[in-house]
Amino acid sequence: MATGKRQRIVVVGHGMVGHRFAQAAVERGLTETHDVLVIGEEPRAAYDRVALTSWFGAGSDALSLLPGGEYDDPRVRLVLDSVVTEVDRAARTVTVVSPPSAAEDLLANPGAVTVHEYDVLVLATGAAPFVPPVEGRGKDGCFVYRTIEDLEAIQAASATATSGVVIGGGLLGLEAANALVQLGLQTHVVEMAPRLMPVQLDDAAGVTLVRHVERLGVTVHTGVVTEEIVGGSSVSGLRMRQAGTEEGAPTGVVDAQVVVFSAGIRPRDALARECDLPVAPRGGVLVDEQCRTADPHVFAIGECAAPGGTMYGLVAPGYAMAEVVVDALLDGPGTFTGADMSTKLKLLGVDVASFGDAFATTDGALELTYADAVTGVYKKLVVSEDGTRLLGGILVGDASAYGILRPMVSSGLALPANPEQLILPVGSGAGVQIGMPDEAQVCSCNDVTKADILHAVSEQGCETVADVKQCTRAGSTCGSCVATVKNIIEDHFASVGKVVDKGLCEHFRLTRQELFDVVAVHGYRRFDDIVAAHGTGRGCDVCKPAIASILASQTSTHILEPATAELQDTNDKYLGNIQRNGTYSVVPRIPGGEITPDKLIVIGEVARDYGLYTKITGGQRIDLFGARMEQLPAIWRRLVDAGFESGHAYGKSLRTVKSCVGSTWCRFGVQDSVGLAIALELRYRGLRSPHKLKGGVSGCARECAEARGKDFGVIATEKGWNLYVGGNGGATPAHARLLAGDLDTATLVSYLDRFLMYYVRTADRLQRTSTWIEQLEGGLDRVREVVVDDSLGLGAELEAEMARHVGGYEDEWRATLEDPTKLERFVTFVNAPDTPDPSIAFTTERDQIQPIAPALIPVGAPA
Amino acid sequence: MSTVAVSLTPVCAVEAVPLEGGVAALVDGSAVAVFRTFDGSLFALSNVDPFSGASVLSRGIVGSRGDAPVVSSPMYKQAFDLRTGACLDDAAVRVASYGVTVVDGVVHVGSARPAGEVA
Repeated sequence: MATGKRQRIVVVGHGMVGHRFAQAAVERGLTETHDVLVIGEEPRAAYDRVALTSWFGAGSDALSLLPGGEYDDPRVRLVLDSVVTEVDRAARTVTVVSPPSAAEDLLANPGAVTVHEYDVLVLATGAAPFVPPVEGRGKDGCFVYRTIEDLEAIQAASATATSGVVIGGGLLGLEAANALVQLGLQTHVVEMAPRLMPVQLDDAAGVTLVRHVERLGVTVHTGVVTEEIVGGSSVSGLRMRQAGTEEGAPTGVVDAQVVVFSAGIRPRDALARECDLPVAPRGGVLVDEQCRTADPHVFAIGECAAPGGTMYGLVAPGYAMAEVVVDALLDGPGTFTGADMSTKLKLLGVDVASFGDAFATTDGALELTYADAVTGVYKKLVVSEDGTRLLGGILVGDASAYGILRPMVSSGLALPANPEQLILPVGSGAGVQIGMPDEAQVCSCNDVTKADILHAVSEQGCETVADVKQCTRAGSTCGSCVATVKNIIEDHFASVGKVVDKGLCEHFRLTRQELFDVVAVHGYRRFDDIVAAHGTGRGCDVCKPAIASILASQTSTHILEPATAELQDTNDKYLGNIQRNGTYSVVPRIPGGEITPDKLIVIGEVARDYGLYTKITGGQRIDLFGARMEQLPAIWRRLVDAGFESGHAYGKSLRTVKSCVGSTWCRFGVQDSVGLAIALELRYRGLRSPHKLKGGVSGCARECAEARGKDFGVIATEKGWNLYVGGNGGATPAHARLLAGDLDTATLVSYLDRFLMYYVRTADRLQRTSTWIEQLEGGLDRVREVVVDDSLGLGAELEAEMARHVGGYEDEWRATLEDPTKLERFVTFVNAPDTPDPSIAFTTERDQIQPIAPALIPVGAPA
Repeated sequence: MSTVAVSLTPVCAVEAVPLEGGVAALVDGSAVAVFRTFDGSLFALSNVDPFSGASVLSRGIVGSRGDAPVVSSPMYKQAFDLRTGACLDDAAVRVASYGVTVVDGVVHVGSARPAGEVA
């Protein structure tokens, strides 16, 4: 295969399932032998449709499953905004229509048509919302709820509306209702069945849910059918009557300017029908257990497929189908034989879960229920006739037991003698510990079993939820199993008697965060006191710089004061970056990359006079290399006298805030990005942090400052600034994600103050913002809660700490030059201060100096 | 055991070597790093980091590993036992160690010791 001709896979559809297929193809090595072309119809790459409602708060970027818009593996190509119009199975080609690339082409050419050959075709076209044939459904103000574009349209229409109706009280309908509530509309939900979520919930659960939902101001109408959407060209209301009554029976009208249809979905199987592939009677491309259609070259996965005639409207079965097809193409044995349709979600802030045989349809099944009308909790267990096995259940208002209960159903684990304890509130003497069998499926979205997680922990070196997420994908889709994953990890380590050692080094069992708190609480200022009280030994190159950084963050005292000077890494100790031959680099701060000609000349003159190598850095400033340690004070004297200050290139601290030229000069700019970048760089300069920090500010959406590749990135909008966090370049690049949008400058600065201080306080040593966010329980949402919503009430405290830092800032180099005791260390040989280090020598290359490698001295021999 | 004539080179006052820090000195044309540990003990090693060849060991962080007083190279962070010069991260590597004495408050560095002899 490896030497044969490369096979071509065409994937139609770039939704969650199409994306998963491409991901799996890369991860499992299918792209070694196959090229993959993915054709997506929407203007953006796959996004998390399950979390669609969070778009209103978080924006499109936060939902994206492929933020860069392309796959790292060049053998997977993604084409967006394009529609497959035809499949020719005989010729094995697909016809694709893409929009013209420029507006002026539109008249001459309505769209570019291309034809692509395939060896394997994968249909992942998903499903479309079902709009029932109701009179008036075409009026302006009628919407469906499926894509980001749908949400944009609903948002726009809601600006002038006061009330809205959602037709359909199922899962998606309640999500849509949540959206309308968030948009400030008086919201109604109309459901034909006698209760909400009729597929998942029984009557009692439905009643409990209605109580929760109505408390949020949503009016629920169950057991009614929509007769007509009323209004002129635009919607003005909805006429309905009791379900089961004849036409002409009395009706009622609800006022509404927005109507959202959410009455189910239908597989998008038109392409398959047109090329005569068999489809199921109720829709969906018929496929076998390997998701192969009647044509062996064509597969169908996700909501457009109907394995065995049944369509599955959840993401987890779709993911499973994607994996099965990749497996089949690798000649693997995987099959899809049906899916667990269990559901757990938070709807309008209410936990709802339904799993297994929720309606007790099994012969002889018994029901155990617990209901508390005051707190709005309803729990039901369905157990086998002999009371030994759990068959299914429903949870409303408190679904915390879901993580334990659902795996019990799939594994057939024996119930404890008193199964009611499983659903009684914790305070009532309950809290039985249930051992989960290894084969129990923990993450149903990604089909990860307990055994998979244990394997990751015991064999693959995973120690945290974040590690396991990355390794197994458990908890990376809906997140409902994260608590269970965490328990499994902790139980495992407890069972093998291993305390997960998060201690800094052999001298401290504490984490950096714990040390930070210890220092803050006790007010320590000296390493000796800290190691005496909380550590052992005399420290090392790990804990000493970490404590130096913590002390610097908390006290703003000069890092070369006697108490801390010897704790500093050599870069901090000499306020320069050590280079391979023992010389140092000199990097004066050039805030935002803006510099006057006079200052530029000074840098040139200093470099020339001291024979330094000069290079422009990626952070929009100038690096001067080759300074001998004893030359540093004289060089910096010149620079400080000319108005420069330390650029902190040597510290785990803020480096630069990069900017584009912004609205001052650029004809596209909408805000003054240079001005803001300078203000931010000057505000956070000198802030010691767990890792180096970089920022960026772009003056418009073109993003020329590459701000999203920074720990904090600010991008101008027409209304203000969008704030992104957690980006970096380096070996593991990360794109910053949106924390908050359209901020005024004052709010932006207060969020940034909080974000940075929260990071400085709680991150591990050398943990960059991206990995810090990833390992926080709750991830970016958690950061948003703390920084934007101030859920911990820490906002003022974090801002005050930053204010103390800003107020206490001094230029480290100026202060050093003014203090003779600090200058004492800048001597190469203590007994021969005028002798330069003979091991440092230079050659010339491209008209500048370059170090000559010091000859390696024979090991074990005196020099 | 070594009765070879030992030359002692005066280097600096004891206080000029920072506690848990180091300084570099020129001894017979060679760069020597002198360290002072927390308990006031003095040690001297070749200043040359054998992994990079740069003359920088005196600028490393002084601390402990287990019972051993160590300096970690500022270049690539390997730890060296201050008593012997042995690299604790690579058993094949050792830097030269030197005898140190204090005469009238002044640190004197002797000649390089043969491998294996402990301070």
